[in-house]
Amino acid sequence: MDTTLLFIQFLNGMQLGVLLFLLAAGLSLTFGIMDFVNLAHGSLYMAGAFICASLTFWTGSFLLAVLLAIPLAALVGLATEYIVVRHLYARDHLDHVLATFGLILVFDTLVHIIWGSEGIAVPLPGWLDGQVELFAGVIFPTFRLLIIVSGLVIAAGLYFLVNFTRLGMLIRAGASNRTMVSALGINIQFLFALVFSLGAALAGIAGMLISPISEASIGMGNQIIITAFVVIVIGGVGSMKGAFIAALLIGLIDTFGRSYLDTIFKLFMSPVAAETSAPAVSAMLIYILMAVVLAVRPQGLFPPKARG
Amino acid sequence: MLKKFITTGLAASLALGVSAAATLAAEVKIGFVTTLTTPAGVIGKDMKAAIELAVEQMGGKMGNLDINLIIEDDGFKPDIGKQKTDKLVKQDNVDFVAGFIWSHVLLASRKSALDAGKFLISSNAGPSPIAGKLCHKNFFSTSWQNDQTPMAMGEVLNQQGVKSLYIIAPNYAAGKNMSAGVERTFKGEIKGKDLTKWGKDAQLDFSAELAKAKASGAEALFIFYPGKAGGAFIKQYQQAGLEGKLPLYTVFTVDSIALPKLQKAGFKGVLGSRMTQFWAPDLDTPQNKKFVSGFKKKYGHYPSFYAAQAYDSMYLIKSAVEAVGGDLSKMDEMRAAMKSANFPSVRGKFTYGNNGMPIQNFYLREVVADADGVWTTKIVKTVYTNHQDPYAKDCKLP
Repeated sequence: MDTTLLFIQFLNGMQLGVLLFLLAAGLSLTFGIMDFVNLAHGSLYMAGAFICASLTFWTGSFLLAVLLAIPLAALVGLATEYIVVRHLYARDHLDHVLATFGLILVFDTLVHIIWGSEGIAVPLPGWLDGQVELFAGVIFPTFRLLIIVSGLVIAAGLYFLVNFTRLGMLIRAGASNRTMVSALGINIQFLFALVFSLGAALAGIAGMLISPISEASIGMGNQIIITAFVVIVIGGVGSMKGAFIAALLIGLIDTFGRSYLDTIFKLFMSPVAAETSAPAVSAMLIYILMAVVLAVRPQGLFPPKARG
Repeated sequence: MLKKFITTGLAASLALGVSAAATLAAEVKIGFVTTLTTPAGVIGKDMKAAIELAVEQMGGKMGNLDINLIIEDDGFKPDIGKQKTDKLVKQDNVDFVAGFIWSHVLLASRKSALDAGKFLISSNAGPSPIAGKLCHKNFFSTSWQNDQTPMAMGEVLNQQGVKSLYIIAPNYAAGKNMSAGVERTFKGEIKGKDLTKWGKDAQLDFSAELAKAKASGAEALFIFYPGKAGGAFIKQYQQAGLEGKLPLYTVFTVDSIALPKLQKAGFKGVLGSRMTQFWAPDLDTPQNKKFVSGFKKKYGHYPSFYAAQAYDSMYLIKSAVEAVGGDLSKMDEMRAAMKSANFPSVRGKFTYGNNGMPIQNFYLREVVADADGVWTTKIVKTVYTNHQDPYAKDCKLP
């Protein structure tokens, strides 16, 4: 087997994985701590992409645009929490699903009104648009490498935040027992708003990072949000560590499935059948993994401790 | 009392409605199924713009009949496309069903239109079954059969002396036809082939496929990615540094929908890229000049090939309506009129095969900047003259 190709596909899988982690982290926080099902999390991802795209053309620099767009994405999250989400905490999950599904339509239409239906291609600065040779023969696009590095840095930052700060302590406590946290006199309203906008900022960053690769387009979040839900189900709802490991796992499984499944299938079926069935089966792989995890370990691989 | 009154009123209004419909027969109803939502909606928008331009240029009339255009959105889904076609033939009772961007949507919808005895006109999709075994006397295309354009590309690759090829295309009816088409004429070796997830949640990140193509050692890369996936693919191709190392040959991927966005974002790598097509904005025919200049004047940008085909569909229908003097019950005469392809087409003179697919020229096009610096495509040379699709022989129609 070609080890260079194998390594490059590993990096491609990591890149998809860290993007999924950025999305799933916020989803897991809101779901795990606030017990809030947010289908519109993908819309925050889309909002991040579009805001960053506009700022890129306005400022002329992609990096500056990202720095400016992160607080704006957090602000969009904060506004969404204040206007809609806040009123739904006391309701049950079905109401969450209905309301946030409505939010998706509102966000999609807003984007349609503001930016039009065409979508925006985001240009990269020259030094990011090229490739780097990591070592002999392994040439990898610079920007994809940047995604991996920034994703890992953010993951490390979140790890520190959750495990070594007071806010992180509250987040962990909230994930374990919400009622107890508020009974101890913590301003749970404030904590929830903060967590929601943190999740929005993370989703926004993911959107900003993907937009130079595909583009900022309407409905881009609705496709990836399903995968993000799979990530938190596999990782364990409310667990940062679970979201991180499951996201990388799914990124790698998806990429390796796309890369090698047709070759494997050709060993025991006709080339035509292999070519057609491999993409279908590789698209199913992550759901098969989810089904297995649900059957063997319904609480996910790394559920938060003492949940109740 | 009241109930009786309402019933009578209803009956009266129903009767009135029926007689009104009878006197309203002085119109030709055209149902047009396309995609207006989802990111692929940009294609439908271009087609809608083209047919509205055609209606405007016709003065809202075909012969002595008023044009009644009903545009439906298939949402990029075969099941919705079929529902909308059912609605058009049953509820609206249209005279013509036209449109259809996607091969799988057309395959799902064809029966609804044809079984109801309507004319079905494809303004884009050309899946192989409809050209072959499933051909029908009431079906006409103003585009092409899917295999033809990539067949022309295979020929171009042979002429350029390319020895080996890697293919990447979406996993649906047209993606398979496109790949089959280039394999049919390309004489070199196919080093590998990837079919990617397609539809509403289509795959848009091609990192794994590009890495495989590069590692395969192929001399050239052939792709088919209509709509927004095309722009994304070309960007990632450039980011992966494959320019110059693995030359890119495309069909239906680089068009006037992708180019403005690529130009705005400064992706110069696409300039000079080559593709095959039955048409180009600079094709020198009187109808094409009228179309392109009219379209640019009205909408401020170049029309795509989707727009050109949709525009042609309207003129094909017009030729049928005028041939029977507006008597839409004369199906046989209308069919004969369309079969003769006796209408001003943007592609110039062409004929129809036994399966309702055009027998037409295919050209090699190149991406260039026009006199105003706007990126567009221009014809380099003719690859095929009067080319017929390979499935026509499977069609039992005379």
